[in-house]
Amino acid sequence: MKKTNRRSFLKSASLLGGTLFGWGILGNAKKASGADFSGHPDRFGMLTDLTRCMGCRRCEEACVDTNNLPAPQISFEDKSVFENKRRPDSKTYTVVNRYYDSLWVEGPVYSKVQCNHCEEPACASACLVGALKKTPEGPVVYNEKVCIGCKYCINACPFYIPTYEYSNAFHPKVQKCFMCYHKIDKGEVPACSGVCPVEAITFGKRSQLISLARNRISTRPDKYLDHIYGEHEAGGTGWLYISGVPFERLDFATNLGTTPFPEFTKEFLAFVPLVLVVWPTLLGGIYLFSKRRDEVSMTDASNQNRQVDQS
Amino acid sequence: MNKQSRKLAVVGPWIRENLLLGLNMREYIKKLISPFNIVVGFIVIIGLYFIILRFSRGLAAITSASDVQPWGLTLALGLFSVVPLSASGYVLGSAVYLFRLREYYPVVKNAILIGFLGYFFAVVFLLIDLGRPWRIYYPMFVSYGPASVMFLVAWHVALYLSCQALEFSPSAFEWLGLKTFRKRVLKINIGLTIFGVILSTLHQSALGAMFLLMPGKLHPLWYTTYIPWLFFISSIAAGLSMVIFISWLTKLFFKRRADSNYIKSIDNITLGLGKAASFVLITYFALKWIGLAQGHNWNLLVTSWGLWFLCEILVFVLLPCILFLIGSRDKNLGLIRFTSILTIIGIIINRLNVSLIAFNWNLPHRELLHWRELIVVISVFTFAILVYRWIVNRMPVLHEHPDYK
Ligand code: SF4
Ligand code: SF4
Repeated sequence: MKKTNRRSFLKSASLLGGTLFGWGILGNAKKASGADFSGHPDRFGMLTDLTRCMGCRRCEEACVDTNNLPAPQISFEDKSVFENKRRPDSKTYTVVNRYYDSLWVEGPVYSKVQCNHCEEPACASACLVGALKKTPEGPVVYNEKVCIGCKYCINACPFYIPTYEYSNAFHPKVQKCFMCYHKIDKGEVPACSGVCPVEAITFGKRSQLISLARNRISTRPDKYLDHIYGEHEAGGTGWLYISGVPFERLDFATNLGTTPFPEFTKEFLAFVPLVLVVWPTLLGGIYLFSKRRDEVSMTDASNQNRQVDQS
Repeated sequence: MNKQSRKLAVVGPWIRENLLLGLNMREYIKKLISPFNIVVGFIVIIGLYFIILRFSRGLAAITSASDVQPWGLTLALGLFSVVPLSASGYVLGSAVYLFRLREYYPVVKNAILIGFLGYFFAVVFLLIDLGRPWRIYYPMFVSYGPASVMFLVAWHVALYLSCQALEFSPSAFEWLGLKTFRKRVLKINIGLTIFGVILSTLHQSALGAMFLLMPGKLHPLWYTTYIPWLFFISSIAAGLSMVIFISWLTKLFFKRRADSNYIKSIDNITLGLGKAASFVLITYFALKWIGLAQGHNWNLLVTSWGLWFLCEILVFVLLPCILFLIGSRDKNLGLIRFTSILTIIGIIINRLNVSLIAFNWNLPHRELLHWRELIVVISVFTFAILVYRWIVNRMPVLHEHPDYK
């Protein structure tokens, strides 16, 4: 009896060992995917100049065309659309909103909303099947073929960007702007950027876009605020913005800090291998200890019994 | 022909004895048609209807899930609340098999059954809420996202579910009369228990760690870097309370299925578990305060969110902690049982707060509840109770099988 017990204990210990080994490998994979990040110096980005946008919504139209999205309920020419603030949804990757304040001498400000293609995306770090990925080229893309629809990415995104096709029973997808990855791949410019009549949306290498933005700000300090939104926000985003009015007035999240979001769970993930190593030993030890204690107390008891018998 | 009829002659009595509770088919069906069963069956059927609706028309048909609030009641109650309540399996398993606290042996099988069913139905809830549930095995076999805490949860819940199925299987094998299988599983029992504790530690805390990724969305009173620890420690209290509560229910409703040893030992076990729960709750309470201090969020306590937070930790953590203590000192079983219910409600409130109520607290318009989703949740819970009853009525859970005493 005792023998089988010990053997089974060893057996289970080796079983655990195997699992540990597996986890070790996965742990390393994780480290690798986290560490290789800063390696794409040539990645692309976009720069939206909010002082230039005039709210024509051609970018919205071009986006709908190139991504085969359904036509919107309110036509692209209809200005009444600006009466409400809109958000991208599962049928719309990007929307332009209008902001107005009587103190703004330049008139209303139009702001285009879409995925910011974070440098270290929260959504991608949340995805348990790796369906969302930051490509070396810059766009954060999505692989519909492996997505299980847990929607953790939607919760994770600090910008409330990914959306889900809740009314689709059989092939629901996560939807968001993919920075026209299909076009970038062919050496073309994203649709919205190509169509904008006033060059409010510039496509290019992120590093160069930052210089461009700095340039514009320094040559017209009266026109621009000295802030490139996205340079550091949430660890930096691929999509950058410059503006003449404070970003918080345009519904930009200004409390995100500069820590890349995946950092928030790294500590916990690093703690996992520790538990896997320490727990089995500790628990095994406790088991052996309490077993021994039981045996000792049992022999004690029988000794006592014997004494009782003898007396 | 002859052979077949002989086979029938063997199978017939077996079915009657083991499936139909010793009745013949007609008696059994007659017994099934009780007012309780009719009501319960009705609830299950309505739920089933909405589940079919969800799978034919999409999630929008039964939930109020939106682009900013994708998780609703199904996950908040069905997964985030049920998983800590199912901690009964690993808590009692480690007490009895690792720490060798023999006096808790009578309830350990029941605790593991509760744990197993809890996890099983948590997965059922997950399947209802996943966009493409038929891909549920993808994180294990098709595509990996090891940087995701949810990847961890998926693996651990899957492994732990299998682990608990094995831990419970000896009772099922005793029922089926499969002696060799039973013996084989019992041999690896200690390994399974240790494995189970490791997996539980990790996924209970990982469920909390999932929220570390959303600092701006979860209200600062609930967002703390201690959240994985809070989830883990509170799961112990939840598991203990569940055993106290369910043991009491079995004493009331399943007396016929229990042996005298089980019934006799329940009171003492309740006292012991109550004391343990009080100890766990004070640790949990302290850690909650430390988390609060670490975030320097004292000023938020005077807001309405602060009141709700204080209600959670004073009425549903500190109060039960004290009541458990008083109850075990005065050997007041009624008080301990009441307190276990209070604790269970408290844990559920905490998980609802983190995953639903205090989540996205800063958004202006939120719709948290869809009545159809609520019905689905109630109906799945009802079904879970029916499954529990079915098992306890047949397998040696509350008693020892006469052949293996
Ligand atoms: S903005 Fe949101 S969806 Fe876009 S890359 Fe960043 S985290 Fe992902
Ligand atoms: S919904 Fe899809 S893309 Fe988003 S985290 Fe889940 S599996 Fe990944």
